[in-house]
Amino acid sequence: MTLDIDAILTNPEKHIIVCTGSGGVGKTTTAAALGLRAAELGRNVCVLTIDPARRLAQAMGLTELDNTPRAVAGIANGSLSAMMLDMKRTFDEVVESHSDPERAEQILSNPFYQALSSSFAGTQEYMAMEKLGQLRAQSQWDLIIVDTPPSRNALDFLDAPARLGSFLDGRLIRIITAPARGAGRGIGRIAAMGFGIFTNVLSKLLGAQVLADVGNFVADIDTTFGGFRERADATYALLKDSGTEFIVVAAPERDALREAAYFVERLNQDSMPLGGLILNRVQEVPETGLTQDQVLAAAQKLTAEGRGPLTAALLELHAQRMEIKERQKHLAMRFTAAHPDVAVQPIPAMAQDVHDLAGLREIGAALANQGITW
Amino acid sequence: MQNWPNATLHVVTGKGGTGKTTIAAALAIALAKNGHRTILMEVEGRQGIAQLFDTPPLPYEERKIAVAPGGGEVWALAVDTEDALLDYLEMFYKLRRAGSALRKMGAVDFATTIAPGLRDVLLTGKACEVVKRKEKKQDNAYDYVILDAPPTGRITRFLNVNGEVSGLAKVGPIKSHADSVMSVIASEQSAIHLVTLLEEMPVQETLDGVSELEAAALPVGAIFVNMTRPPQLDAQQRVMAIAGQLPRSEIESEISQSGLTATNQLIDALLNEASDHSERVDLEITELERLTERGLPIFTLPLLPSGIDLGGLYELSAIMSASGIGGE
Repeated sequence: MTLDIDAILTNPEKHIIVCTGSGGVGKTTTAAALGLRAAELGRNVCVLTIDPARRLAQAMGLTELDNTPRAVAGIANGSLSAMMLDMKRTFDEVVESHSDPERAEQILSNPFYQALSSSFAGTQEYMAMEKLGQLRAQSQWDLIIVDTPPSRNALDFLDAPARLGSFLDGRLIRIITAPARGAGRGIGRIAAMGFGIFTNVLSKLLGAQVLADVGNFVADIDTTFGGFRERADATYALLKDSGTEFIVVAAPERDALREAAYFVERLNQDSMPLGGLILNRVQEVPETGLTQDQVLAAAQKLTAEGRGPLTAALLELHAQRMEIKERQKHLAMRFTAAHPDVAVQPIPAMAQDVHDLAGLREIGAALANQGITW
Repeated sequence: MQNWPNATLHVVTGKGGTGKTTIAAALAIALAKNGHRTILMEVEGRQGIAQLFDTPPLPYEERKIAVAPGGGEVWALAVDTEDALLDYLEMFYKLRRAGSALRKMGAVDFATTIAPGLRDVLLTGKACEVVKRKEKKQDNAYDYVILDAPPTGRITRFLNVNGEVSGLAKVGPIKSHADSVMSVIASEQSAIHLVTLLEEMPVQETLDGVSELEAAALPVGAIFVNMTRPPQLDAQQRVMAIAGQLPRSEIESEISQSGLTATNQLIDALLNEASDHSERVDLEITELERLTERGLPIFTLPLLPSGIDLGGLYELSAIMSASGIGGE
């Protein structure tokens, strides 16, 4: 099945595209190329990137890390804005917009909050969703394309916000933060003993100060805005909406395709809209009607006879590429056998990295080229 | 290993997609060559080792997973944070039973969530415990410990556990545990290797990673350049290939001599591929020069057209051995 990316990009009902996949498969570049193409097809697009490589950021004219969408110059049609997520800044803004200045100051200076907002596993995902929700609410853009954070696995993007939310709203945090109320009151004596050990061990491990900081933080945010879990749930609901489309990005390698398969299964399970799979950096080989063995045999014949070293090298190169392509196709076919309904778009490997809008445009054209035979 | 004669702990990091687990595994085999005992550890809960060696998921238990040429054993361990925390509680507080209760309550996850630094201390702490067995001449000691570590972007924070726990207990067991971990990681007992591809982004990230590690006074080992394409054409041929000036008629007649039919389709394909390959090789050479400027040892490993399976791992480890890694 082939992927009709232009149909998705021009569908006025689609307002969010999420690009996901494991690290190092070209997710950010794909998100940027989709954004540029959508804009030039007439839409008002904002691309939310998480951690773009310097050159890619430059290609889109992003020089400032100020957590605000900036218009990209040189767009032929529509409009394109791009921004880099600053997770700490985004978290600070959430705090500031939901509390009076005094309490905001108290929260922002809490050591636990500082750790939470800058280095916490899951904060980046949570804030990416938070920012997505904000951009969507601004209604200045009719299409937002999100690149997902480089996580241990692609599912983290879906799970981390809920995990962080339920952690901050959870039972255990209530217990360590309310020693004065008598830990574990009303939850049974045996459990209460367990919690006694629990707080005891935690203070041994982390120190009493850390627990006190956590307690103050929770008390402060409690009175200012509703649960973190509810916020995470609301954004999650946005992702399940029919106005959203997920694009899974992978490379034709075993690990990347395994991650992609996990993600596809998860999207199915949660009835989330999946646009298709983009398979980056596939090895293209021009059709010559020859088999790899025939090509290799010819190269060996030349070498054995001591003739035409250049031609022998070219034939060897051709045979090597055929072998790489065969292996990649085999992996891709295994994916398709397990997920026959998922549209797959192969993108040929490029000899050079992307440096400018022209490069992104070229990738965009490849993304939309339904004639790529691979 | 000759470059780092005293290094028992070899930490392997790299940007996603560069093959760091593959390199760590091949290194574990290469270092086990000629009768050594090595252990390959993973800490990210991905079961990458089991997938690579095609074995069932690894438990939190040291298991022999491969042998090396010349007699030698490769063991593996998937370190789990919860188990490492329970080990720790047992070691310092004799609290194993309470630990199991804590696990049921989800408290271990909670504690490591509150203090992500705690998780890293526990994981690196486990690696250091295994390293120290050698010094203590314990029966279960290993000659080399190879740690498949988190990616380049997070490696300095992961290893620099002292910085990580500075916000936690200022004194007490966690602090002294972190100090003892640092006494191994920041010493000549360790070498931190970075895996990269010869592409702009991974090379930049590798160079940034080296600077960060050096700034934190952590011992950088070597750069492993993975998945390179050995040039099929020399420099002059590459210039001609890119300019479309390779001698077409000569190639045509040589094709005929090789037993194939010299169709235009075939010649065009070969010339296009030559140009594409040359551009790629030139780019790789530029990137390799950027890496070379750092003055670190560089080991180059080829892209295996057949992909990475168990045989591929041995192939890569043999290339490492031939470049002087292990085997003494």
